[in-house]
Amino acid sequence: MSSLVPESLSPSLESFWQKTQSDTSAAPAWWQKRKAAEWEKFQSLPMPRRTDEDWRFARINSLNFDGYTEPQPIDEEGKRLLEERSLLPTEVAGVLIFINDRLVSFQAVDPKLAEKGVVWKPLSQAVEEDSDLLEKHFMSQPIELGSEKFSALHGALCKEGSLLHVPKGVEIDKPFVAYHWASGENASIFPHTLLIADEMAKVTLVDYFASADPNSRNLAIGVNDLYAGKGAKVTYLSAQNWSLNSLAFHLNSTQAFRDAFITSLNLHLGGSLARTESHSQILGENAHTEMLSLTVANGEQQFDQRTLQTHYKGHSVSDLLYKNALFDNGRTIFSGLIRVLEDAQKTDAYQTNRNLLLDPTAEANALPGLEILANDVKCSHGATTGQIDEEQLYYLLARGIPRKEAYKLLTYGFFEEVLEKLENSEIQEHFRDLIKSKFQTS
Amino acid sequence: MSTLEIKNLNVTVAETEILRDFSLTLPKGEVHAIMGPNGTGKSTLAKALAGHPDYEVTSGEVLLDGENVLEMEVDERARAGLFMAFQYPSEIPGVSIANFLRAARQARLGEDEELEVTKFYKEMYEKMDALKIDRKFTSRSVNDGFSGGEKKRNEILQMAMLEPKYAIMDETDSGLDIDALRIVSEGVNKLKGPHMGVLLITHYQRILNYITPDQVHVMFDGRIVKSGGKELALELEEKGYDWIKDEVAQTA
Repeated sequence: MSSLVPESLSPSLESFWQKTQSDTSAAPAWWQKRKAAEWEKFQSLPMPRRTDEDWRFARINSLNFDGYTEPQPIDEEGKRLLEERSLLPTEVAGVLIFINDRLVSFQAVDPKLAEKGVVWKPLSQAVEEDSDLLEKHFMSQPIELGSEKFSALHGALCKEGSLLHVPKGVEIDKPFVAYHWASGENASIFPHTLLIADEMAKVTLVDYFASADPNSRNLAIGVNDLYAGKGAKVTYLSAQNWSLNSLAFHLNSTQAFRDAFITSLNLHLGGSLARTESHSQILGENAHTEMLSLTVANGEQQFDQRTLQTHYKGHSVSDLLYKNALFDNGRTIFSGLIRVLEDAQKTDAYQTNRNLLLDPTAEANALPGLEILANDVKCSHGATTGQIDEEQLYYLLARGIPRKEAYKLLTYGFFEEVLEKLENSEIQEHFRDLIKSKFQTS
Repeated sequence: MSTLEIKNLNVTVAETEILRDFSLTLPKGEVHAIMGPNGTGKSTLAKALAGHPDYEVTSGEVLLDGENVLEMEVDERARAGLFMAFQYPSEIPGVSIANFLRAARQARLGEDEELEVTKFYKEMYEKMDALKIDRKFTSRSVNDGFSGGEKKRNEILQMAMLEPKYAIMDETDSGLDIDALRIVSEGVNKLKGPHMGVLLITHYQRILNYITPDQVHVMFDGRIVKSGGKELALELEEKGYDWIKDEVAQTA
């Protein structure tokens, strides 16, 4: 089969791969083997095609990998500046700061937690020290939403990220925080997050992603895999603020076992094209997953959101709410599927996509879907796309608030329904500030 | 020049003429009440002054201290010093009263000026205390799930914070029980003074037991047909609106 899209993406990525191979020559054999297999997979898989269902409405020709390269190390001054820009809550359980997939700052867990077996460390260190755990879990969850090729590139080139393992019964209230910075023109990074919460564990992890320079062009392919064991309570929050020239992928898989409770909230602000895939798998009864997402699309930005809620077991709840605010020529695609298998009776599964169009030139596409094989379930899906409420706008104007400011306020208000669910008020405030800062620069 | 001057205002809504050559002068420092039966154009007057897009001014003039209000956008009118207390204030989920007021105050500063947040909160809390509004109010979303009385009190708080030159109160008393009516009236009494003119639009005389007007105007069929002192309101309360209608019919 021939294709108009070149399958070999970029010579600079080729040399990136060669460098990665030589850098990992002392790593455990399985790690080297795994990476080689991922590289091979990356090369052999075709580029997405316009006709692929998983890429419906996406602008395939925006997937341009030319020039993306291995990022350069940055100097001490640059490190210092980015560390300063890495805003942290006052109370944290642990911190990892990476620039260009290199560790620059590491706050380990409290020794008491370490004694209980809590593992929090950079991936590069985990490859050496926690090889068995990593071998079992590293990218072991299926990618089913269309980005198999890019996930494989991540697998091949990924060298940093965070490993967080919370053993049975350990509850940690303070959040773990990881920062991932991309610095330099064409810098490509592959941040990885692996969170394993064993039975009855409780944990919160926050990932921040950003370009150091708002004008640089970056490639970021991040993968985050979450495991919530029986009765575990997991909160995963992320905020991406890549430069507006960047190409970004955030690929998530989540497994929820019996009685697990998972909340995830992802804030998407940056990227010229940002694709997110999120797959929530309900593997046990009485599990509850909440999938929340907020996106501001403006300028020429495109956000491509693909979600899947798979219920293998019954008596569980999955609840998805994706809210997009669109300005200018901003464009979003939400494509979501709820899949309930035969055994998953008494499932409650909900999927909601709300789009707020603030300019007539913006475009929101919604493709909600249900695939239900069980006969005793409660499922709903819905997508709404609307403009600003004229009476609300008038009320703000009538108080002297200029139209542009009124739009911003109404956008913040539109997001508040989701933000108010955040328990940590500092992180909540930080997310609000990130949203505001997007409007200040545009 | 310290007046809100409305001259021969004609307003149509959905192509129906509601205000017909409406004229009124409200001097700063005075409280004028506009009364009249339902459907006579009272609320249309308020909405047209505030610039609601559904209300089309076909001719006439509105001068705020000499400035032409009709040429201004809705938000410009507000910043020029015109305040409208709504009969049915909008609910805005997710926007807290504090943030809403901050944005409104920020809008009144120069482009390079940044609102001093600590001073703002201090002022807001002082005014809330004076108006007997619980400070917790500020973190609630604007009017979201508020009772009728709470909504009206929120309007009064906004008026206090925005310090308008002229305030138009569009049937602020409607739907209020006696306690809420008293609180709202007390608020207006605290705020009124030589720096502000108040136009109190009402269907009932009741609110005038609490707020004493300098003048009472009776509106009928899109214009003022009778003006007088506060005793006119009592007369209306006693006799109803029919005698006015008869008077108008005789002079026509």
